[in-house]
Amino acid sequence: MRNFRLIGTVAHRLALLVYIAVALFPLYWLLKIAVTPDKLLYTEGVRLWPSHITWSHFRFVIENSDFPIFFRNSVIVSGSTAVVVTALSSLSGYALSRFSFRFKFWLVGLMLVTQMFPLVMLVAPIFKLLSPLGLTNSLTGLVIVYTAFNLPFATFLMQSFFDGIPKDLEEAAMIDGASQFTAFREIILPLTLPGIAATLGFVFTAAWSELLFALMLISGNDAATFPVGLLGFVSKFAVDFGQMMAAGVLALIPACIFFLLIQRYLVQGLTAGAVKG
Amino acid sequence: MASIDIAGITKNFGNIEVLHGIDLDIEDGEFIVLVGPSGCGKSTLLRMIAGLEEVSSGDITIAGRRVNDLAPRDRDIAMVFQSYALYPHMNVAGNMSYSLRLRRTAKDRIAQAVSGAAGKLGLEPLLDRRPKALSGGQRQRVAMGRAIVRQPKAFLFDEPLSNLDARLREQMRAEIKRLHAELGATSIYVTHDQIEAMTLADRIVAMQGGVVQQVGTPLDLYDRPANLFVAGFIGSPGMNFLPGRYDAAPGPAVILADGARIALPLDPGLAPGAEVTLGIRPEHVALGESGGMEAGVDLIEPTGLGIILHLSLQGVGLKAFTADRGVLNSGPSIRVSLPSAHLHLFDSAGNRVALR
Amino acid sequence: MTLAARPIEARPLMRRLAIAWEPYLYSAPTVILIVTVMLVPLVVGISYAFRDIQLLNPFSGGYVGLAHFRELWQDQAFFEALRNTVWWTGASVALQFFFGLILALLLNVPFAGRGLVQALVFLPWAVPSFLAGLNWAWLFNPVVGPLPHWLFALGILSSPENILSDPNLAMWGPIAANVWWGIPFFAITMLAAMQAIPADLYEAAAIDGAGPLQRFGSITLPFLAPTIAITVLLRTVWIANFADLIVVMTGGGPADRTQILASYIFTQAFKRLDFGYASAVSLVLLVLLLIYSLLIVALRQTVLNRS
Repeated sequence: MRNFRLIGTVAHRLALLVYIAVALFPLYWLLKIAVTPDKLLYTEGVRLWPSHITWSHFRFVIENSDFPIFFRNSVIVSGSTAVVVTALSSLSGYALSRFSFRFKFWLVGLMLVTQMFPLVMLVAPIFKLLSPLGLTNSLTGLVIVYTAFNLPFATFLMQSFFDGIPKDLEEAAMIDGASQFTAFREIILPLTLPGIAATLGFVFTAAWSELLFALMLISGNDAATFPVGLLGFVSKFAVDFGQMMAAGVLALIPACIFFLLIQRYLVQGLTAGAVKG
Repeated sequence: MASIDIAGITKNFGNIEVLHGIDLDIEDGEFIVLVGPSGCGKSTLLRMIAGLEEVSSGDITIAGRRVNDLAPRDRDIAMVFQSYALYPHMNVAGNMSYSLRLRRTAKDRIAQAVSGAAGKLGLEPLLDRRPKALSGGQRQRVAMGRAIVRQPKAFLFDEPLSNLDARLREQMRAEIKRLHAELGATSIYVTHDQIEAMTLADRIVAMQGGVVQQVGTPLDLYDRPANLFVAGFIGSPGMNFLPGRYDAAPGPAVILADGARIALPLDPGLAPGAEVTLGIRPEHVALGESGGMEAGVDLIEPTGLGIILHLSLQGVGLKAFTADRGVLNSGPSIRVSLPSAHLHLFDSAGNRVALR
Repeated sequence: MTLAARPIEARPLMRRLAIAWEPYLYSAPTVILIVTVMLVPLVVGISYAFRDIQLLNPFSGGYVGLAHFRELWQDQAFFEALRNTVWWTGASVALQFFFGLILALLLNVPFAGRGLVQALVFLPWAVPSFLAGLNWAWLFNPVVGPLPHWLFALGILSSPENILSDPNLAMWGPIAANVWWGIPFFAITMLAAMQAIPADLYEAAAIDGAGPLQRFGSITLPFLAPTIAITVLLRTVWIANFADLIVVMTGGGPADRTQILASYIFTQAFKRLDFGYASAVSLVLLVLLLIYSLLIVALRQTVLNRS
C-alpha cells in the first residue's frame, strides 16, 4: 500500500514535469536562438544551449528597427482596451448580476451569438464603417473594435465575480444611506478587485495578440501593432532568425508579466465566466 | 423614533401573491416581533418596510410620512441582517461610521457616535479590526453597532441571531432587550424562533401563508391563541391537539375518537356533533392521578429543567411536561387527565372558541 | 444630536422611472458598442454575400443574388477547405480536451508548489497567438528548430525535413501549436469545475469502497459533464473560426492542404480583395456552426431529459 502510494506520487510529479517541459520548451527555444551568435546558429543548430551567447540581436532590434514604435502602439492599444473594457464590463456585468429586466434575456443572447460568428466576416463591414470616420489606420479605431470584441466575454467574467458577492452587502449600504450606484462603487467594486485584475489581464493579453484586424485596419508602420510589425519583420529579415526571435521574446514579455500577475484570479474567476461565455 | 403604519400591504412575485393584505400599526418605541415558519412572508414584509422590495399595493407610513416610493436611504431606518452584511474591506470603525460618512456628518461627531455605540456594545478594543478577524458574536455586535450609531427612526432585524450558537444567541437576546430598554427605539424583529419572539416582543405578529394570524402580547398568544396555527407554533414542546366531537348533554364536553368524554368548563355555544379540536399544553396535562385515562408511555426525555413524556392516548400522540422526577420510574402506562381549566377549543375551521 | 435624513421630496414617478432605467444605464455602453461594432457589421456582412463587393473596384457593389453561392458550389478549394476545417477542428479540440483534462486532474491534487506549477503550465495561454504560430513554425524549421531532427531520430520522419512544407503532414504543424496553446484553457475550466465538487462526496465514495478509477467515473465525470459539454461546444466554434495560427504558419499551403474555411475567407478577402465572395463563404461557415451548436444543445437536452 505504501509502495503503491509512493509510485503514484512519483508518477504524478513526473507527469507534471512533462507538462512543464512541453509548456516551456518552445519559449525556451525562442530565447535560445535569440541569444545565439549568428555564426553558431547552424553549427550548433540543435544544441540545447549555445557555447557563446550574445545580446546583439536584441540591441539591433531595439536600435535599428521600428520595433519601439510597434511596442509603444501595442502598449497603448492593449492598455486602453483593457481599461475601457474593464470599466464597461463591470457596469454591464453588475447589471446582469443584480437586476432582472425585460431586456436581459436578449442582452445575454446577443452576447452569446457574438461568440459564434466568424470575426473575419466583420472585417470588410467594419472597414467600411470606420473608414469615413477616419478611424482606419488609427489606434483609436483599433481600441474601439477590440473593446467591442472583448466586451461579451469580459461581461460574463465580471458577472461571475459579482455573483459571488452577497447581495446583502449593497442592501446594507443602501439602508446606510447609499444609492445603488454609490453602493456599487464604494462597497461592491472594491470587493471585486480580483475580478477586475483578471479582466484587465485577460483583455490586455487578447488585445496584445490580435492579428487579423490589426493587419486589415492598419497600413504602414506608424500605427502598426506588434503582431503586424512582427509579421512584416519576418518577411523583411527572413534570413535573420536571431533578430526575429529577439523581437519575439520582446513581444512576449509584457503578456507574460501580465499573465503571471493575474493568473491566480483568472483561474478563480474563469469558472462561471468561461462556462457561461 | 417613530410609529410605523402598514395598511393593506400585498406583494406579488410575478403572478404569485405572497402577502395578502397585511395591516399593522406599530407604536412609537414598540418592539414588534414577526414570527412564523420559513416562507410565511415575514422577511418580505420587513424588506418592504426597509425599501428593499417594492410594495405591490397598500401603504407603508413611517412617522406619518408615506414611504412607498422612497429609496431605502431616504427612509431613515437601520437594519441588522442575518448574515450581518459587514463590509469586508472596512474595519469595525469604518463599518459603523459608513452611514454617517455618507451623510457627510462632521468628523468629530462621527468619532463621538462611534465611540458611544462601541461603548454600549463593548467593541472599543476591536475598532481597528477587519470583520474577517472577528468571531461570530463580535460580528453580530458590530452589525448592531452599525445600526445604533445613526439613531434612526426605526430598527429592523432580519433573523439576526440565527447564525450564532445556542449560548451566544441567549446572551445576545438579552443584550438586544437591554439595548431596546435603553434606546427605546421602534423595532421590528423577524425570527422563526418562538422563544426569541416570546422573550423580546412587546407584541408578537404571528404569520403564516402571507397572512397575519394573530397580533398580541406574548402571553396573549400563549394563553389565548387565535387558531390552531398560533397554538401549535408558540410554545415548546408544542400544544397537544386531540380531534373530537362536541356534545352538549348532559354537560358541555368533547367526545374523543375512542369515546372518552372530556368535560368543558362552560358552554361554548356550538351545535352538538360539531367537529372540534381540543388543545392542551404539555405542562397542563395532569399525570399519575387516580381517575383520568390510561395512556401508554412511548418515550421519556429528561431536559434537566423537567421531563417530557411522549404518551399515546388511544392511538393519539400526547406530550406531557412535568418537573416531577418521579415519572422517570413510571411503568409502561400512566394515568393522565386533562384539567378543564386549561383546555383550548378550536372549531372545525381551526379558530379559537372561547372557554374562559 | 440629530442625524435626520436629507429632506427629499417623495417623487413617486421619478423614482419609478429611475428604478426602471437603472439596469439599462449600466448596460447601455456595452450594448451600444456591441451593436454598432459587431451586430450591424454582421448584418452588413451578410448582405455582402449577395453583392459584388471588390475593394479596389469602384464599379462593384451591385446585387448579384445567389451568384456567389453558385460559384461556391463549383469551388473545389472551398470543399477542400471544408474538409480541412473538420479535420483541424476535430483533432485540435479532441487533443486539447484530452491533455487539458489530464492536466486538470494532476493539478487537482494538493502538493507543495502547486501555485508555481500552475502558473508555468498555463503560461502558453498568455503567448500571443501569432507569436505561438511563429514560434512553432520556427521549431519545425530544420534550420533552427530541433523538432525535425528529433522526429527523424525517433524514426517518425524519414529525413529531417520541415513538415510544414510536406502536403501530407503540414496540418499537424498548426494542430500541434494549437494544442500547445489551448491546453491551459481546457485545464483551467475543468480545474475550476472540479474544485466545485464537494469533497465529502469523494469521502463517502471511498468509505463505500470505490477505488480511484471508480470515483473518477462515478463522481468526477458526471459532475464535469455539463462543463465539458459547454466548453467543447464553445471551443469547437471558436477553433473553427480561428485562422491566426494557419495564416502565420503555412498561409494555407502547401497546395492548400492546410487551408481551412476561416483562412480561406481571409485569403479571399485580403489577397483577392473579393469581399462579396468571402462573405458568402463566411455565411456558409456561420450557418454550419449554428447547425452544429443547435445539434449539440438538442443532444444535451435529450440526454438531460433521459436521466
